[in-house]
Amino acid sequence: MTDSGETSKPRDTSRADVRTADGAVATAGGAAAVRAGRRPAISEGKRSERRLGWLLCLPAAVVMVVVTIYPIVYAVLLSLQRADLRFPDDRKWIGLSNYVTVLTNSFWWHAFAITMIVTVVSVAFELVLGMALAMIMHRTLVGRGLVRTLALIPYGIVTVVAAYGWQYAWTPGYGYIAHVLGGNSAPLTEQIPAIGIIILAEIWKTTPFMALLLMAGLAIVPDDLQRAASMDGATTWQRFTQVTLPLMKPAILVALLFRTLDAVRVYDNIYVLTNGAQGTSSLSILTYHNLIGGLNLGIGSTMSILMFITVAIIAFIFIKGFGTAAPGTDTTGRR
Amino acid sequence: MQPHNPRGRYRISLAVGASAIMAGTLLTGCGSGGTGAPTINLYNAPQQNLSAMVERCNKLADGKYRIKLNTLPRDADGQREQLVRRLAAGDSGMDVLGLDVTWTAELAEAGWIREWTGANKAAAEKGTLAAPLTTARYQGKLYAAPYNTNVQLLWYRDDLMPKAPSTWDGLMKQADRLAAQNKPHYVEVQGAQYEGLTVWFNSMLASAGGRMMNKAGTKAELGQPAVRALTTMRDFARSKAADPSMPNMQEDEARLAVEGGRGFAEVNWPFVYPAMQGDKPALAKHFKWAPFPGIDGPGRSPLGGANFAVSRYSKNPQQAFQAALCLRDPASQKIAATKDGLPPTIESVYHTPDMAKAYPMRDAILSALKTAAPRPVTPTYQNISTVTSASLSPPASIDPTALEKSLRQQIADAIVSKGVLP
Repeated sequence: MTDSGETSKPRDTSRADVRTADGAVATAGGAAAVRAGRRPAISEGKRSERRLGWLLCLPAAVVMVVVTIYPIVYAVLLSLQRADLRFPDDRKWIGLSNYVTVLTNSFWWHAFAITMIVTVVSVAFELVLGMALAMIMHRTLVGRGLVRTLALIPYGIVTVVAAYGWQYAWTPGYGYIAHVLGGNSAPLTEQIPAIGIIILAEIWKTTPFMALLLMAGLAIVPDDLQRAASMDGATTWQRFTQVTLPLMKPAILVALLFRTLDAVRVYDNIYVLTNGAQGTSSLSILTYHNLIGGLNLGIGSTMSILMFITVAIIAFIFIKGFGTAAPGTDTTGRR
Repeated sequence: MQPHNPRGRYRISLAVGASAIMAGTLLTGCGSGGTGAPTINLYNAPQQNLSAMVERCNKLADGKYRIKLNTLPRDADGQREQLVRRLAAGDSGMDVLGLDVTWTAELAEAGWIREWTGANKAAAEKGTLAAPLTTARYQGKLYAAPYNTNVQLLWYRDDLMPKAPSTWDGLMKQADRLAAQNKPHYVEVQGAQYEGLTVWFNSMLASAGGRMMNKAGTKAELGQPAVRALTTMRDFARSKAADPSMPNMQEDEARLAVEGGRGFAEVNWPFVYPAMQGDKPALAKHFKWAPFPGIDGPGRSPLGGANFAVSRYSKNPQQAFQAALCLRDPASQKIAATKDGLPPTIESVYHTPDMAKAYPMRDAILSALKTAAPRPVTPTYQNISTVTSASLSPPASIDPTALEKSLRQQIADAIVSKGVLP
């Protein structure tokens, strides 16, 4: 992902030059300058245009630094301190001791396991269901707009609102699902059923998003290839696995990456459904409880940083390990 | 921040047309300007008749200040969260804060609430019962004015158990007897994994002669009394007296279990008494109370309640202190006691005529208050309560010696900001 960003930066001339040679890169804006050749050849007009470009980017860059870099740096600094709002006089630098505390704590690893279970299970279901939904939306001939709109409704509902809907539905006494299941069971007060409901709510909510990303991938599979394959006697299943899937791989990987990163940070559904009771805390919930509930900025920031690292590792594995990149860009030679 | 004069409203309607920033400025201006009397923002848990008390104080203030009632969320964690989040940000929109008794130390240590001194302090302490006062103090200083108090008692059906025993052992024997006769034999307690379980343990520990932390709140104590308390809790959880749904029981479930005929007794707050009168008049005739059971003799009740504190960021602290004092004066406390069922913190209120009808158990409450067990006074109470209830749950699988050791370690961690909340 960072690579695709770099190619459009004029500064990156050395790399762009190499790419121009094999003609694989044709990004807007930078492309013209790149094609024009080497640095000395840039005309006065081009140079001032480039300077203007930088100036126009500047306000956005400043805002980015203020709203993202500053909080990240501040969180790192807090994670190295005993910063507990309950003991304002005892604030001091303590090195990596917060990291030792968190990484040797059983609540942290429990929440880590819960988060991974929710992530893996929900993303797996979303991929399969999302693919099916994408195929349906792609192949629909009549009422295509209506089908797509209907499929997207769950994604359009605010997560917290949807989560309350699920919570009421599962509450004995007035919930319709609890009513259908009968009895006095309160699944949200038991660990395993509660995690099941959290996963269900996640799947219901984000399958349309997955389908939308996958549908974009389906659109780039040429019909000619499909027809050629069926001429050669490929069955529907073979065409799907041998033609559609390989061509869609970039789109699938991007969809998986987005959803995995989202799922690792799962918060709103759990906050509303159980708020972490009965051992259902995710990493985000745990962080929130320590930061806001416990007023322990040091431990809370340490957890935030560790989550940040977790997310970064997952993104790294996807990009370097599986070669994930934006669909349509050159995906080879990036490892 | 509701404007309270026509002019303010006109100004706001103008401001809607102007920029959002302008609107914000005007709104803030109205909050303190308006009628000339400073607005004192009271933040308190939902309480049905609190607005009547606020109106009474506003009349008495006669233009010196005007209290505006703001209601916090219903659950204690939600209340605390809103308060601490805004205090951490130095929000000057809060003046008088209704605090649970366990939050005093935390907010005082953080420097978010003002110390009560001089005439205000004298007024807050005058005639106030000793036990609630300890919940408003931290390191020898007064940080809040006790508003209401509460103690748990043993509630029982005298048709099943004519005389209440004074110990948990005695209760277990009664349960054996009733079980042998095929009669309801459960004693309902708060055994779910939540603060109620910590409260139960803290009382058991006090009854065994110990405490969770030293008086200054700087060190874990526990020790042999804790092992005894934990042993009694475990034995109880494994006895005939324990309801199978004890690991999911909070106050209200315990009340319902006795009203529904499952249990013959419960330890609970006094709200169960009027509830029984309303829900089960037939059972209510046999519904009696006794002191909280102990280990060797009578036990020490859990102590609850709420206090009023003044925010450090209040712009009108003197008026805020006055408003807080009015909201907890004898007349206010009587409204809270008779209309909302909140036991007073001023002793004389118990002896007023109407109280006998609303509080037939008032003598039991007063005597329980003399020995009631306060919870540890420490800024880290939130941590300690959470890890304690997590460690004790479910009570039937307690290993007393090992648990005492691990609790001591976890409390020590919490004190040095190394405690992790689940």
